[in-house]
Amino acid sequence: METPVYPAHNYLSNGHGLKSWLLTKDHKRIAILYLISISAFFFLGGLFAVGIRLELTTPQGDLFQPDTYNKFFTLHGVIMVFFFLIPSVPAVLGNFLIPPMIGAKDLAFPRINLLSWYIYVIGGIFTLFAIVAGGVDTGWTFYTPYSSASSSTNVAATALGVFIAGFSSILTGLNFIVTIHRMRAPGLHWFKLPLFVWAHYATSLIQVLGTPVVAITIVMVFAERAFGFGIFDPQRGGDPVLFQHLFWFYSHPAVYIMILPALGVISEIVSTFSRKRIFGYSFVAFSSLAIAVFGFIVWAHHMFVAGITVYAAMVFSFLSFSVAIPSAVKVFNWSATLHRGSLSFEAPMLYVYGFFGLFLIGGLTGLFLATLGTDIHLHDTYFVVAHFHYIMVGGAIMGYLGGIHFWWPKMIGRMYSEFWSRISAILVFVGFNLTFFPQFVLGYMGMPRRYHMYPDEFQVLNVLSSGGAAVLGLGYLLPVIYLVYSIKYGEVAGNNPWGASGLEWRTQSPPLTENFLEVPTDIPEAYEYTPKVIREAKLV
Amino acid sequence: MGGIPLFPEAASSFASEVDALYLFIVAVSAFFTVAVSAAVVFFAFRYRRKHPEEIGAHIEGSLPLELLWSVIPTIIAMVMFAWGAKLFYEMRRAPAESMQIYAVGKQWMWKFQHTGGQREINELHVPVGRPIKVLVTSEDVLHDLYFPSFRTKIDAIPGRYQTLWFEATKPGRYHIFCAEYCGTKHSGMIGTVIVMEPQQYQDWLAGGGSEGTMAERGAKLFNDLACNTCHLDSGQGRGPSLKDIIGKPVELAGGQTAVVDEAYLRESILNSQAKIVKGFTPLMPTFQGLVSEEGLAALIEHIKSLSPQAAASTPAPVPAAAPSTSTPAAPAQGARR
Ligand code: HEC
Ligand code: HEM
Ligand SMILES: [Cu+2]
Ligand SMILES: [Cu+2]
Repeated sequence: METPVYPAHNYLSNGHGLKSWLLTKDHKRIAILYLISISAFFFLGGLFAVGIRLELTTPQGDLFQPDTYNKFFTLHGVIMVFFFLIPSVPAVLGNFLIPPMIGAKDLAFPRINLLSWYIYVIGGIFTLFAIVAGGVDTGWTFYTPYSSASSSTNVAATALGVFIAGFSSILTGLNFIVTIHRMRAPGLHWFKLPLFVWAHYATSLIQVLGTPVVAITIVMVFAERAFGFGIFDPQRGGDPVLFQHLFWFYSHPAVYIMILPALGVISEIVSTFSRKRIFGYSFVAFSSLAIAVFGFIVWAHHMFVAGITVYAAMVFSFLSFSVAIPSAVKVFNWSATLHRGSLSFEAPMLYVYGFFGLFLIGGLTGLFLATLGTDIHLHDTYFVVAHFHYIMVGGAIMGYLGGIHFWWPKMIGRMYSEFWSRISAILVFVGFNLTFFPQFVLGYMGMPRRYHMYPDEFQVLNVLSSGGAAVLGLGYLLPVIYLVYSIKYGEVAGNNPWGASGLEWRTQSPPLTENFLEVPTDIPEAYEYTPKVIREAKLV
Repeated sequence: MGGIPLFPEAASSFASEVDALYLFIVAVSAFFTVAVSAAVVFFAFRYRRKHPEEIGAHIEGSLPLELLWSVIPTIIAMVMFAWGAKLFYEMRRAPAESMQIYAVGKQWMWKFQHTGGQREINELHVPVGRPIKVLVTSEDVLHDLYFPSFRTKIDAIPGRYQTLWFEATKPGRYHIFCAEYCGTKHSGMIGTVIVMEPQQYQDWLAGGGSEGTMAERGAKLFNDLACNTCHLDSGQGRGPSLKDIIGKPVELAGGQTAVVDEAYLRESILNSQAKIVKGFTPLMPTFQGLVSEEGLAALIEHIKSLSPQAAASTPAPVPAAAPSTSTPAAPAQGARR
């Protein structure tokens, strides 16, 4: 085994100083810009979560004023959803990896890619301004008429921030769609693409089709506050529930914007760490598209008690089960991939194992909510909070962190501490379950969400949850330390430290600005593991 | 279950079926979680890489397996759907003989009105063993009337009535929560539902309602707001007679028909132009903003009292000389321990 050398020329060394970053058109540098900015937002959103969990250790609501508490959970949700989860995997990993995975030098529209980062930052600034100017207290869902007529906080600035960030999401989606259609290396047909690329394709479709709807909805709330048209005001013939239809028409698919790319990451890691083709490749690929399509016809499952008719509720309940099936199919296929693989358990694979547990529970608890008889009781309780955290934090962030650990050596060219990364993966898994499992029980017990105070009998479970959150927080902080440390002091990684088969691993680590000196021509099947791949990775 | 409660008290006629359905889904979920976890953990040991050059077997996939693990979950999901939909249907259809209560959510309190005229805030007294239908609305933003021990809830939406019903099966005191976020004191918008034995309930009824029944208050309002100038019992006024209209279809100007229920009455009073009764000119003014939610409910009860044979919602008559010792002695029962 020969020691790899760190390449003197790479995208990181190509240009120095702030300007070379802020004016870059290199998708890899833009990915790094995103990585830094979404990490900052993740940290901020996390601070608000600390406030929430501290308050909930006692039933009385004695730590913060009720309005402060309400702003905390609102800002936590707004930041985590719109400024962290939605951009996370696509804008960082997708941006960095889609071009090399398809043998391209960059995305189809490099300038638009940079523009979308600036739009994201401007949206973020509006939201930060809203926070500094006193916060906002509507919940991340901005339900009318509270948001349009009752709340006296900075709804307009926050909504504008989310509205602007939406354009960043649309542009990224467009860029990916065009790139995946037009920029594939010759011979790289659709069924040779990594499933990561399929997942991003499906996600991009949702982004492009769904985001304009939420943008219009936000404009309506905005106009309602500014001019008082009465769109949501029953006294003037408006309908307060209209908002929910529009909001969830986007936001249900948006939850798949948050999870699908992470599912793509899982496919890559599972196959690499079992050195085996993904079982049922085309089923996994099409299940992403199925989820993207079905995701648009289930929105009213958020509104079973919000005045839709009994029959509409039944139709939406039925349809909701249809999204559960493709998700289940994916899990079964990943598990089957492990069968007769050659498995190894470095940090990325540990994250995947954690992901299996959490995504399973998250997806299965969706069934309780899609079932009408139980949702009437569970709606707007902590059960829902636990459900979506299992998927969006358990599933999506495990996928994101797994992906960061998997491609870090490619992005930076150096390895992080194997020991600490395993510790952090385990801490995240344990801390996560401690934090959120008790919330399922709380929800069935009847504790409503967004409660600043609660009856005494809920305290034990809440204390448990807050304790778990401390462990979880530690698990999230550790990677910041060892990853940053590795940038300078990590061992040189070499081109392909995991012996993975994807095209992106044929580039040097970190890659050159143009990724490939020549367009790759001998395109293998997706996930083709042969002794040659391992030999060329120079692992032995 | 040790010190941690897992279920709230089951105190309504459908609580135990909701719990049963819940446990069914728990069982299915546990099965899949354990099965998949066991498989991946087993594979982790069984197929652990033995030497650095090892690669996995080349396997494309398997159509029969894909079908199997799509079809079986689909079938199980359909069972959940069907059971859940059936239960939901029952939870949304109040029995005809239900007793009726009006609930209004307001930042940050629950106001209840009994047809007998009793009014309560953040407390609701109901008899055990009798179906109770609650017409819920809001004066400002969205709220949600939630009775965890009855396993049911419904959003309170300004501008419309939504109905919820339950039949309490155990006397006691249970939580009322607001489950839809509504601003500063959302978590303070809670109360207690007090389920009483029928006799105790009669005593309680006798203690309240000094201002007369809702229908009586409504009759007074009907005069005060000059409704009676147009709506004459004879049918000779400028508006239609309101006698004996409840539960019957009314022909509208457009040729459609509508059934007269609380929601229809509500709309007719607040926004009469929405549905015009056939043969009349749309000259009824809007009372939007002129009548409070309580007043509106009273007017509706008054109009309902004009249809005596359809009025099933009035509570059993109160014995005139009932003693007024009314506090139920049941302890607070938030949770089953
Ligand atoms: C200026 C005369 C006028 C006044 C005052 C008036 N109404 Fe009416 N109302 C009408 C007319 C005309 C109609 C039938 C046309 C329509 O449906 O709008 C009607 C229809 C109704 C209906 C629907 C009846 C049905 O058979 O479907 C209800 C209920 C009603 N009014 C209640 C009230 C109440 C309660 C008030 C007082 C708060 C009131 N009205 C005051 C003229 C009036
Ligand atoms: C397996 C299939 C799934 C089903 C059947 C399902 C079902 C549901 C239902 C019915 C609700 C509404 C609950 C209520 O408010 O009463 C809900 C809420 C939610 N789900 Fe899922 N879900 C599934 C998967 C997912 C996934 C994959 C995600 C995210 C990536 C997700 C994220 C959410 C979020 C964010 C909410 C709540 C939003 C809020 O009210 O604030 N769900 N889910
Ligand atoms: Cu949804
Ligand atoms: Cu509330």
